Amino acid sequence: MNMKLLKLLNKNARYSLEELATMTGRTPEDAAADIDELEKAGVIRGYKAVIDWERLDNTYVSALIELKVTPKAGLGFEEVAKKVMKYPEVETVYLMSGGYDLCVIVKGKTFQGVAMFVAKELSTIDNVISTATHFVLRRYKELDVELCDSDRDDRGHFSF
Amino acid sequence: MDYSKILNPEVLNIKPSGIRKFFDLAETMQEVISLGVGEPDFPTPWQIRKAGIKSLEESKTRYTSNWGLQALRETIASYMSRKYGLQYDPLHEILVTVGGSEAIDGCIRATVCPGDEVIIPQPSYVCYEPITLLAGGVPVIIETKAEDQFKLTPEALKAAITPKTKALILPYPCNPTGAIMEREDLEKIAAVLRDTNIIVISDEIYAELTFGGKTHVSIASLPGMAERTLVVNGFSKAFSMTGWRLGYACGPAEIVAQVTKIHQFAIMCAPTTSQYAAITAMTSCDDVVAEMVEEYDTRRRLIVDGFNKLGLTCRDPKGAFYAFPSIQKSGLSSEEFCQQLLEKKHVAVVPGTAFGQGGEGFIRASYCYSTEHIKEALKRISEFLNEL
Repeated sequence: MNMKLLKLLNKNARYSLEELATMTGRTPEDAAADIDELEKAGVIRGYKAVIDWERLDNTYVSALIELKVTPKAGLGFEEVAKKVMKYPEVETVYLMSGGYDLCVIVKGKTFQGVAMFVAKELSTIDNVISTATHFVLRRYKELDVELCDSDRDDRGHFSF
Repeated sequence: MDYSKILNPEVLNIKPSGIRKFFDLAETMQEVISLGVGEPDFPTPWQIRKAGIKSLEESKTRYTSNWGLQALRETIASYMSRKYGLQYDPLHEILVTVGGSEAIDGCIRATVCPGDEVIIPQPSYVCYEPITLLAGGVPVIIETKAEDQFKLTPEALKAAITPKTKALILPYPCNPTGAIMEREDLEKIAAVLRDTNIIVISDEIYAELTFGGKTHVSIASLPGMAERTLVVNGFSKAFSMTGWRLGYACGPAEIVAQVTKIHQFAIMCAPTTSQYAAITAMTSCDDVVAEMVEEYDTRRRLIVDGFNKLGLTCRDPKGAFYAFPSIQKSGLSSEEFCQQLLEKKHVAVVPGTAFGQGGEGFIRASYCYSTEHIKEALKRISEFLNEL
């Protein structure tokens, strides 16, 4: 398993094959073959940009929803989770330990829209006992990327 | 007031760095992409900072022993043993100093008398020559060569030794060349020195930053060398602790006691907070250091490959965090290259000549920067070369 390659791609999926090869000390052909293999094995599931939507005028709202679910014999939470993840509004679904069962991250254009989606769609799914909606007010860091202005390099331009 | 009569001519005679003006120019510019610094971009690992904070909370804010906290000296002793196979008595053979810099200064001042010769391989860090001069010593420069991977050769060393030779500075892993001395290289140097009365001041501040499976070997670990070697090291580079100002010198008790005398009167003791933090650095940060080294290695590959693709021949640096490419193909001198690159493309690199005349034809580019930053710098250097 080429962990080094995965770490680099996780940091920046837009490195060129040549750059990836240079940084891992391999040939571009080898790097390409590795990536191919990792994609086929389902280790690499996709490549996306990290976007700070708040910098655009478009309104962007997201919320974390705590879902409590009655588990089904033999299936556990699987059935509900798979139903939830099919909604295009749903960005993320996790099965959780602790006080609730499914953590669902939902995106939308307005608070109202997200709230209605939860009320009309998520809470009416069979075996969902309750929902609690927490709206995201500000995103500081996402997928390892700092979204607020990060610290200036205070090292100056030169030192020996 | 006639200041010329006040000032010490030995101090006046030290040339201010010729590139100061160039540095000042860079500081006035906006949007400079710098590859110019000699310190890590990583913050000090959190557990080290936390240890410093804890010591402050517990009011550990007084002087320590002149030698440094005994607990820290014991920690340094076991670190030197487990890392480099060196055995030092924490009570008599280790002095904690204000950065590696103070250790170098103290070691030179404790040993060099007026007229004594100090052999200094260059290109190398900028402090050895002026400190030697301030001690009244005579710097004897050996220019290491690119074709020798900037290593010190036994032939060059033999040729430089005279009856007046007091000390040899051994600055490896080397800033700015990235050269390291491997065991077989050091064996040859040791063979030259064993029958002499020359003391080696081995500046090993970059010891933890070596690449390609090469681990640092200290000359003091070779048979018969510990008694004639002062090992200087510190926390700045390996643990990303430059501002904490903490280093140390290890060596024969007879010498370290005298270095401590200078330290006692000039400094009292190294910063107490830093000393507490440093214990944590050496005892529980191997993983973090390994991660940083891996990241430097990634950047190193990127920048070396980048320079070579631009036709600026760059040997593979095996240590420290600098690339030292040849800029001969540009037809410019090192200083012209750096000045023009700064003015035209706002990229800051250091001329090789800042590290001795042997650095002519080279530039030092630090890779203490993110890969994105390095890529942008390389792009601009490429444009610069195309427009020449």
